[in-house]
Amino acid sequence: MLELTITGLEAGYGAVRVLHGVSLSVSQGETVALLGTNGNGKSTLLKCIAGLVRPTRGTVLLRIDGASFDLAAMSTSDIVGHGVVMVPEGRRLFPKLTVEENLLLGAYRQAARAAIRENLALCHETFPVLRERARQAAGSLSGGQQQMLAIARAIMAAPKLLLVDEPSVGLSPLLVTQTIDVIAELKRRFGLTVLMAEQNFHEASRIADRGYIIVHGEIAFEGRNLQELRDSELVKLHYLGA
Amino acid sequence: MSGALLEVEGLAKHFGGFAALNGVGFSVGAGERFGIIGPNGSGKSTLMNCVAGALNCDRGAIRFDGADITRHASHRRARLGIARSFQVPRPFASLSVLDNICVPLEYAAKHPGRSQSNLRAQALALLARVSLDNKAQAAAGSLTQVELRKLELARALAAQPRLLILDEAMAGLASAEVDEILDIVLEINAQGVAVIMIEHIMRAIMRFSQRVVCLDAGKIIAEGAPGEVVANAAVRRIYLGA
Repeated sequence: MLELTITGLEAGYGAVRVLHGVSLSVSQGETVALLGTNGNGKSTLLKCIAGLVRPTRGTVLLRIDGASFDLAAMSTSDIVGHGVVMVPEGRRLFPKLTVEENLLLGAYRQAARAAIRENLALCHETFPVLRERARQAAGSLSGGQQQMLAIARAIMAAPKLLLVDEPSVGLSPLLVTQTIDVIAELKRRFGLTVLMAEQNFHEASRIADRGYIIVHGEIAFEGRNLQELRDSELVKLHYLGA
Repeated sequence: MSGALLEVEGLAKHFGGFAALNGVGFSVGAGERFGIIGPNGSGKSTLMNCVAGALNCDRGAIRFDGADITRHASHRRARLGIARSFQVPRPFASLSVLDNICVPLEYAAKHPGRSQSNLRAQALALLARVSLDNKAQAAAGSLTQVELRKLELARALAAQPRLLILDEAMAGLASAEVDEILDIVLEINAQGVAVIMIEHIMRAIMRFSQRVVCLDAGKIIAEGAPGEVVANAAVRRIYLGA
């Protein structure tokens, strides 16, 4: 079983405080949407979970297979080692390495190495273009293809908790739908747990079980189910154009 | 079309064996609002790189205001009045927002040697046009996503364009932020600047464009009023997925 419990998280960059006491939780098999307009702390929160930003206060407790870890005190590589894997915003690929090399690097963590063959096959099945372009430099792919590669690279890490930072950015409407479908498929196949920051509320709500809205670094609203989110004034204001 | 501001004819561009553009032709009238859609990797950005001069085309012709600019370097095209925004804004992060606008203003100066105070007044006026004058003294690196997009718009406007090319200027923004940028671009257009908008956010394309083309595999597969193009069966199949 997997459970992520964040309590009283504070974080920022230098003098700029971004998160002011954020608390939230994600349980095994759930897909939780993280909503909020730009600059409110969604990415910072995900980076805190992934160990890329060190919180100044609070805990990021991961309970997995009977053991507990405070991710706030761990290195990113150890966090990835526990199956917490991030798809960063803006892709962050290795542009001069080939598509396949980028995928193989995703499988760096010990537990993922044993499953390289199956996971590569899954990536190719999901995103056929990554097989067609296996030997091409990642930097030569179009923006949308790079986004697919970034998601596939995370799949290669055999994640248990997938952190996804705005997967729909820069994708055609068809690819947005397909990307969200892929995440849904990963959930279904592997019981994957997903925490996803996303601006496209319509698409996010197709797979999210529930969600949080962050405003100015605080949880401004918690929707315990989709209907509560849809009914939220904040969602109406920022996402539904009402 | 005679009297068009931008005329593109039979444009072709290859990367190695890959035909990114394969005989693309279209024209944009003075002051027109022109939308470009198409799947990721269909050639939209390559097409705009060829128009703005970041890439040279292999075949075809580009005319701006009647003059052949096919082989012009990008700075000459900029001086003629073609400005563009980039998908990923990369301002001078440590410079102030104001100085970020002074740089292109100085570069575009038709009268070199004008006073610094004049320059700064012009830069402030541009920032006001994009509602960013309140951040004039902030470091560009501290801006939020939507503010960065505004800065990118102001930077392009500093070249005093007659044609503004927006390459996914709204990707990753929440619905309310999209409307904010859209209003600014409509205002710019109302002052006589023709705008080519590449965008996957269909709500923006539909609201903004007078005419739309859809690219696929380096060719235009549909052209017409927004409503006609989104009703096109091929466009629905390869792009909208609905």
